[in-house]
Amino acid sequence: MTSKTLVSATINGEPVEFLCEPHQSLLECLRNVLGLTGTKEGCNDGNCGACSVLLDGQLVNSCLVLGVEIEGRAVTTVEGLADWRGLHPIQQAFLEADGFQCGFCTPGILIATKALLDRKPNPTEAEIRTWLSGNLCRCTGYDKIVRAVQAAARHLNVAGQEVNE
Amino acid sequence: MQPFIYQAPTSVGEAVALLADPACRARPFAGGTDLLVQMRRGLFAPEMLVDVKRIPELNRIDFDLVEGLTIGAAVPCAWLCDHPAVRQHYAGLIDAVSIIGGTAIQWRATLGGNLCNAAPSGDSIPALIVLGATAMLAGPHGARTVPVADFCIAPGKTVLRPGELLISLHVPSPATRTGARYLRFIPRGEMDIAVAGAGAWLALSNDHATITDARIALSAVAPTPLWVKAAGEALIGKPPTAEAFVEAAKIAQEAARPISDVRGTAAQRRHLVGVLTRRALRGALQRAKGEACHD
Ligand SMILES: Cc1cc2nc3c(=O)[nH]c(=O)nc-3n(C[C@H](O)[C@H](O)[C@H](O)COP(=O)(O)OP(=O)(O)OC[C@H]3O[C@@H](n4cnc5c(N)ncnc54)[C@H](O)[C@@H]3O)c2cc1C
Ligand code: FES
Ligand code: FES
Repeated sequence: MTSKTLVSATINGEPVEFLCEPHQSLLECLRNVLGLTGTKEGCNDGNCGACSVLLDGQLVNSCLVLGVEIEGRAVTTVEGLADWRGLHPIQQAFLEADGFQCGFCTPGILIATKALLDRKPNPTEAEIRTWLSGNLCRCTGYDKIVRAVQAAARHLNVAGQEVNE
Repeated sequence: MQPFIYQAPTSVGEAVALLADPACRARPFAGGTDLLVQMRRGLFAPEMLVDVKRIPELNRIDFDLVEGLTIGAAVPCAWLCDHPAVRQHYAGLIDAVSIIGGTAIQWRATLGGNLCNAAPSGDSIPALIVLGATAMLAGPHGARTVPVADFCIAPGKTVLRPGELLISLHVPSPATRTGARYLRFIPRGEMDIAVAGAGAWLALSNDHATITDARIALSAVAPTPLWVKAAGEALIGKPPTAEAFVEAAKIAQEAARPISDVRGTAAQRRHLVGVLTRRALRGALQRAKGEACHD
């Protein structure tokens, strides 16, 4: 047996310390060590995107990151999207546009959408579809997801303008 | 996954010492997008993973019009896709690194990992071969360089000796009137492994009327990525016409040694080599002339 390592990181804006073994993925650490079960496990091999999180702002599959690798780094999970004001505009847009059915893919798709809109506030439909190609959904047929992302982009852009005015 | 020890050295010397220690079976760990998947399937059970993402030399991109491009082995595909000089001067390499996985894979999958994994379908490898890239290695007995064309020797096998680490990849400076293109066929638009792929690189004479040099390399149609020297040589001295490209594509088809598997049949792969080689040559020609490539 290998010994446990103490990892210090920032998760959803909060400083966190936890113990894990080197072979535990970030996904396992989030769900089984830290109790953050919003991030889902689908394939555990990088294909489905259910485990998507932001690592220092970049989109990654947490099943292909080791827990020990996040030492000193910042992770955002779906639990970090809403704040005291309520749901994040992306979450609100998915709710209003029926961007999910069973909801299993949704945490990963919300995080992937955040990564996209942080980088590109006005993506085209083709850009949205390409960006989300690593996030599989067995229910919606994707069209409603794309509409939800477009609605989220509009809401965020309007909110951004109001802040600037 | 079997337990292992995790080490994240900050220098090449430390990493090589860990990898070369006979007391412990250690393996380099970059993005983990091949390695962790293979370890979960039980293909390897290393006793130690040596994370190479904290070693400065492996995590930088250096470009200079005279020296060319040096890419650290642990640079993920997304950094290359975002690098203005790489986009401008090495479009044929961007063709390949921009299609490895989806967005999330792109932030982890490295160029070094793609090469060292030595999959016949590794998309960046034919692109690096046609650009004339070399691999810089460091090991317990010193440093050496190996042409990327000679790096892979069998599926999953490379020329790396025990304890050796890939440090960086060097791509020669982009000469004027040269252009490269990499294309692959997959059933989906994204997130799939090549059924077949082709990379092409061309150099033109001053008046654009003659091909002065050419290289063609293929993926997923042989046990390793395949440099078809004869296909490139057949183009030298010829005008860059559709007829010349058809001839070169035929040579590439003959050189391919495809198998039938879940992704496609040998016959389909051989057919694809013809189509993709012709299209890659057309794209390389457009770029060599300074035109945009739409195909
Ligand atoms: C969902 C998904 C989609 C994918 N799509 C594609 C695709 O479209 N095209 C494609 O070509 N590949 C694809 N891959 C495979 C993989 O992402 C690439 O091969 C990637 O470039 C590997 O890089 P890595 O940094 O993740 O390597 P790792 O997994 O960290 O390492 C791969 C191998 O290289 C060795 N290694 C790593 N760095 C070094 C070094 N510096 N020196 C010596 N040895 C080293 C490791 O020990 C290991 O054996 C995909 C994988 C997944 C999970
Ligand atoms: S669980 Fe990580 S990509 Fe499917
Ligand atoms: S809503 Fe069920 S998988 Fe996407």
